[in-house]
Amino acid sequence: MSYVKSLTCKECGQNYEAKAYHVCEFCFGPLEVSYDYDAISRSISRESIASGPLSIWRYRDLLPVEGSDYVSLGAGFTPLVRAERLGRALGLDDLWIKNDTLNPTGSFKDRVVSVALTRARELGLKVAACASTGNLANSVAAHAAWANMDSYVFVPANLERAKIITTAIYGGNLIAIDGNYDDVNRLCAEIASEVPDWAFVNVNVRTYYSEGSKTLAFEVAEQLGWQSPDHVVVPVASGSQLTKIHKGFNELYRVGLLDKEPKVRISGAQAAGCSPVASAFDQGVDVIRPVKPDTIAKSLAIGNPADGYYALDIVRKTGGAFGSVSDDEILDGIRLLARTEGIFAETAGGVTIATLAKLVKAGVVQKGEKTVAYVTGNGLKTVEALAPTTGPTITVGPSLDGFFDFLNSQRRSSK
Amino acid sequence: MAITVRVPTQLRSLTNGVSEVTVNGENVGEALADLGDQFPGLSDRIFDDSGAIRRFVNIFLADEDVRFLDGPQTKVSDSQVISIVPAVAGGAF
Repeated sequence: MSYVKSLTCKECGQNYEAKAYHVCEFCFGPLEVSYDYDAISRSISRESIASGPLSIWRYRDLLPVEGSDYVSLGAGFTPLVRAERLGRALGLDDLWIKNDTLNPTGSFKDRVVSVALTRARELGLKVAACASTGNLANSVAAHAAWANMDSYVFVPANLERAKIITTAIYGGNLIAIDGNYDDVNRLCAEIASEVPDWAFVNVNVRTYYSEGSKTLAFEVAEQLGWQSPDHVVVPVASGSQLTKIHKGFNELYRVGLLDKEPKVRISGAQAAGCSPVASAFDQGVDVIRPVKPDTIAKSLAIGNPADGYYALDIVRKTGGAFGSVSDDEILDGIRLLARTEGIFAETAGGVTIATLAKLVKAGVVQKGEKTVAYVTGNGLKTVEALAPTTGPTITVGPSLDGFFDFLNSQRRSSK
Repeated sequence: MAITVRVPTQLRSLTNGVSEVTVNGENVGEALADLGDQFPGLSDRIFDDSGAIRRFVNIFLADEDVRFLDGPQTKVSDSQVISIVPAVAGGAF
């Protein structure tokens, strides 16, 4: 059964049936899933969740689906690790990393795609599609393969080889478009109008899709022993994930799973080469000016973030902040996380860690706060960003002498 | 000057289901105003009370977001295509 009441326009409040609609027909505002929280409160408990699957579907009462025929590769319930070494390096006493690199296709996108395609199948939509530059492409192709759905994944033609391969391997149609990501996105929005029986996960079923990100909050609260953290740092592309993490913590309280009302400060992380929301925050203005992205953090390179307004609002309301970091700082962030916690993050994770470091220095994230940094994608996806600066310590011949010469000189120099 | 406007699904209830409409105008604003004249009610969907393009509506001229051009003042030439596209967040990930 479903606890979904309707889809509600976030701008004008107009209500819609829970079908494949994503924007309000009146003002084009995005739609948000509304639930019957009283009914959910009666059915859900910490025990019922604990007895559920070790995936996002343990929280199904708070997800926008009717049945239990999930399209699932097992996304979710990734580790929340206590990051003592990174915390020491940054000067934080209670730092945690939500390691979402460990999803089936290596990013948090598996959460949202699992929800989107589960709902798409319930709505009778047979074809899975998306516009993407990488993580989403991987995830849609993989989930569609598992669900035996046809898929059409649209990517910019100049995408890196690794991302082409990690999508194409799952079969399905991979359509390369001569243009940049914004062109692909715009094209897909127009295609979606012409093929209403397709599930474009980030277009016409986006309302359901984005709900999957709430599980990033649900899991953190459960893994902390059913309490909310004091501060979270979240990477911002469209801004959707940040708004859903906020919604997730509040929902847990609303349905009685948290004893105390969450007061989570939410901070956003952007790359300096694509920081329309952070810029609006810094300038203290409400208008988000679209930009042409230029950053190695391609997974965050959305120049015109439609949920940016809501993300900005939440960060201000919760007493968080935005930070933006340069490409060099992003690479430093990736290295620091790898060398302290053994977690290899993609460029977006570098953005999060580097921004966290900046916010600590600025006094925004405080030493004693229970802080969670969301690391949402696997570093193997973006090795090309590190290739120019990362390699062997030394290359020697296949002889003992060769190796011990190196080792001895290393020991001498470390004395 | 004949300009084509591509209408998204969400607005086709106002265009009798038509997805492409021919309009006239010297700039994007005039072209969209002509569209509004042809199909009553459409202008309210695209523009807010102050006459600005609603923040969740994207207008593309020849596939470029008019926010990067001159907004509603952007000049249009004969046979160019204007697309009205709801803001689609996300997905670059």
